[in-house]
Amino acid sequence: MPGKTFAEKALARASGQPTVTAGAIVDVRPDRILSHDNTAAIARAFAQLGFTRVVDPERLAITLDHAVPPPTVRHAQNHAEIRRFVAEQGIRHFYEAGRGICHQVLSEEALVLPGQLILGADSHTTHFGWLGAFGAGVGRSEVLALWATGELWLRVPESIRVELRGTLPPGVTTKDLCLRIIGDCGADGGIYRSVEFVGEGLRHLSIDSRMTIANMMAEFGVKNAYLEPDDQVMDWLAPRLARRTGRDLADCRDEIAAGALYPDPDAVYERVLSYDLSQLEPVVACPHTVDNVRPISEVAGTRIDYAFIGTCTNGRLEDLEAAAQVLAGRRIAPHVHLVVIPASAEVLREAMARGIAQQLVEAGAMLGVPGCGPCMGNHFGIPAPGEVVISSGNRNFRGRMGSPEAAIYLASPVAVAASALRGQITDPREVLATTATGG
Amino acid sequence: MRWTGRAWVYGDNVNTDVLFPGKYTYTIVDPAEMARHALEDLDPTFVEEVQPGDIVVGGRNFGCGSSREQAVLALRAAGVRAIIAASFARIYFRNAVNHGVLPIQCPEAAAVIQHGERVTIDTEARTITCAAGTFTFPPLSPSVQAILDAGGLIPMLCQRFGRPVPPNFQLPG
Repeated sequence: MPGKTFAEKALARASGQPTVTAGAIVDVRPDRILSHDNTAAIARAFAQLGFTRVVDPERLAITLDHAVPPPTVRHAQNHAEIRRFVAEQGIRHFYEAGRGICHQVLSEEALVLPGQLILGADSHTTHFGWLGAFGAGVGRSEVLALWATGELWLRVPESIRVELRGTLPPGVTTKDLCLRIIGDCGADGGIYRSVEFVGEGLRHLSIDSRMTIANMMAEFGVKNAYLEPDDQVMDWLAPRLARRTGRDLADCRDEIAAGALYPDPDAVYERVLSYDLSQLEPVVACPHTVDNVRPISEVAGTRIDYAFIGTCTNGRLEDLEAAAQVLAGRRIAPHVHLVVIPASAEVLREAMARGIAQQLVEAGAMLGVPGCGPCMGNHFGIPAPGEVVISSGNRNFRGRMGSPEAAIYLASPVAVAASALRGQITDPREVLATTATGG
Repeated sequence: MRWTGRAWVYGDNVNTDVLFPGKYTYTIVDPAEMARHALEDLDPTFVEEVQPGDIVVGGRNFGCGSSREQAVLALRAAGVRAIIAASFARIYFRNAVNHGVLPIQCPEAAAVIQHGERVTIDTEARTITCAAGTFTFPPLSPSVQAILDAGGLIPMLCQRFGRPVPPNFQLPG
């Protein structure tokens, strides 16, 4: 019998079967069930159907992040309803407005561990692949069913293997890697698939950079992403689990490492891709699809009006730090507005402690409350019709940020910062070169 | 079931933001109002002219993007009971099934159906008939078909717990 992929192993565990094979439909019991501002609508329907108690409230995690603080009475009512529901159901893993974006917060709180299954009413639940968990997005009705029964059906996906080698050159990030993969294979290149990243190239990547990969793979159409977890992952999660649970650090680390799953060497992959990180260059996704990817040099000089750094894809400390590296001691172009929204309160605090927030604000950035911000057009930086946006977010669909007449380019945070500085789409390597020489 | 409707044909990668804009997701809860915004950033004529039984046709990766169910509910409230595409984004496929809208994966039909033409769907024979001919589509797996047969995930959940779906039940859109 051939070996198993990560997806096959994780879903065998989640469905309580010895083995499962790609193509099978299984009933799984997720370790964690995520919802955010959409919890209010789910809770209303749950009550209307006559359900009174969530099956296992300990498995739920709820964050307020999509519109925080609430921009309208409607949004505020929504949050108030969620707070009532959380209190009634005794849900412990609830994170208030301002704590951060769900995927970042659940990572920081070590609420998902290697080998576990998380299902979330959010398409970027693929995020948890960064730590070697199986994360998949589902619909709101499915979360309702999970609250009522604790189980849901999943089809075991076929898998794509991505082998990484080498190290990223300066000015190039894992956002560029993701856009390159999506550009090469199309936005549906990973449709229904588990995409599993392996290889020595992973070892050199920071945790923040890894999160970007698993998160952004949602735009590749995948069911879940997976990055082989190494010591760096265990060392990042263990103190966080210890902090949250009050347990011994060494015990936490042992438990985390024991849960990790690795694909077998002879697992069956539908397709194998290979990337040398040292050969990558900065790229952008041009309007209005994520797979409309071109080298940044081809669109350099395009005038921009608005630059946005944030989201669950690229709003972490490393991203803010890279932007500050470009902008420290300088001012953004006069015609540009720059919005920076940290992915979590932890990121914001650290950015303040290290002087990064100060540098960004002094360069002319507007600093927002940790949350999703304008990513899906709710608030905090909606572009005007006709404006050109460069964003570190994950989607550039027409109308995504609120105006169907705005054009959105997606890029790495460092490329967004370089573009804000010059007022036009700019290869970040040019600006970094002048930084390095003191120019 | 067999019915005929007008085909509304769009291309590859029809995403959830054009199916139902994200800016409305926390403010619009009434399905009839959702229907008034269906596809508004892609084809404003859709909401003006769509009739119950009409069929939306896409290319590859139909429904990519957000997990929002309104992207299905808006079409369903507009009277759409089936969507034909070369392939579906996976969450959209689940959402369609869970709300009783039939997702038909049939690249052959999706490639030849013309915008505005009359298309007949026969769910028992599993055929699509359009001007270019008749095409057969594959069956869904039995457990997925069972959700559709129950009318969606919520009705199935109610069956399981032996209670009726409340008459004015509001889906968690």
